[in-house]
Amino acid sequence: MDRYSRQQLFAPIGERGQQHIREKHVLVIGAGALGAANAETLVRAGIGKITIIDRDYVEWSNLQRQQLYTEEDATNRLPKAIAAAMRLRAINGDVVVEPIVADADACLLEQVVARERPHVIIDSTDNFDVRMIINDVSQKYDVPWIYGACVGSYGLSYVIVPNETPCLRCLLEEVPLGNATCDTVGIISPVVHMVVAHQTAEALKICVHAQVNRKLVSFDIWHGQYRMIDVHKLKKDDCPSCSERRTYPALQYENETKFAVLCGRETVQIRPAHRGEREWTTLLSFLTKRGIQVEQNDYLLSFTVDSHRFVVFSDGRVLIHGTNDVQEAKRLYYQYLG
Amino acid sequence: MRCIINGEMIDLPAHIRTVAQLLQHFRIHEKIAIVEINANIIMKETYEHTAIADGDRIEIVHFVGGG
Ligand SMILES: [Zn+2]
Repeated sequence: MDRYSRQQLFAPIGERGQQHIREKHVLVIGAGALGAANAETLVRAGIGKITIIDRDYVEWSNLQRQQLYTEEDATNRLPKAIAAAMRLRAINGDVVVEPIVADADACLLEQVVARERPHVIIDSTDNFDVRMIINDVSQKYDVPWIYGACVGSYGLSYVIVPNETPCLRCLLEEVPLGNATCDTVGIISPVVHMVVAHQTAEALKICVHAQVNRKLVSFDIWHGQYRMIDVHKLKKDDCPSCSERRTYPALQYENETKFAVLCGRETVQIRPAHRGEREWTTLLSFLTKRGIQVEQNDYLLSFTVDSHRFVVFSDGRVLIHGTNDVQEAKRLYYQYLG
Repeated sequence: MRCIINGEMIDLPAHIRTVAQLLQHFRIHEKIAIVEINANIIMKETYEHTAIADGDRIEIVHFVGGG
């Protein structure tokens, strides 16, 4: 096929490797800057299937670096997974694209990985809670995953192969607090692409059964630093995620409504304990009666009360913009949606 | 003491003698940092008594969450 001729000319891939890529399924978690770029690269490379999970919708501040999205997507507040899937299908119609609009929590990730059995999971998330879940799911279902993260002009990447490399919990004794790394520092697009270049190169190697890079790579693209560190000695014999005495701590699901402040966004996310479709009609009539204007598409509805904007997803989740205060968010949530 | 930290020659205050003190100096939380001295990775539990010496090449990697 002429489409992949340049990639096939590259000897470590070749025609055989291209066939392997065609048979592989990748799970991309997150459809922000990292997710969009990872997905586009792998779809252009001719991956067989891609599943992309994201909980958020497209906003104007995303367009600077989240390459799959357009102004129209931002105007329509399209869920990122949906907007990404439309664009990815337009780029390469041979690829099966499966978007999932949901929060990548332990419950959902286990379900998806157990059902789909992807060949590799690509981390494109923005917090360590999810990464620890990915880390445990990867060990439990024996699927390699590729960590990638960036902030400012600094980024890093590392491939975790179950039974071969130390896992993320071996390297990190504690989950870093989000504050130091969030939107306060900003981010430039080139470092996103540097992280993605490493993640997709390793993903392609996994697809063609080549040896992955075992080193932790980190770089600062503005200050010209680049280093690789051999971390194999950090594998822990008593790691709760990857040792023989594993308990998968990130998969212990507590069944309660969760309120989480979204880093740097003046937003609180609420995840109700009971899953399933949220009932729209009651909410709609309630809001209309109060003269509150509601905007709606197939996936979410949003409305503003005082200075707070509520975004209600059909899977039950709610975002309340305009507050960093969990208590205030709880009050507002139970006031309007509880 | 002068060390090469992440590729840059840096003059360290005299009181910094161990990896733990070095991380504290740069305000990097030890549990989330990975430290390599002269291409040898340092185990986290030894940060407090691993000495650093003049001319050491030190790499400090810290994890970030963004994306
Ligand atoms: Zn481990």
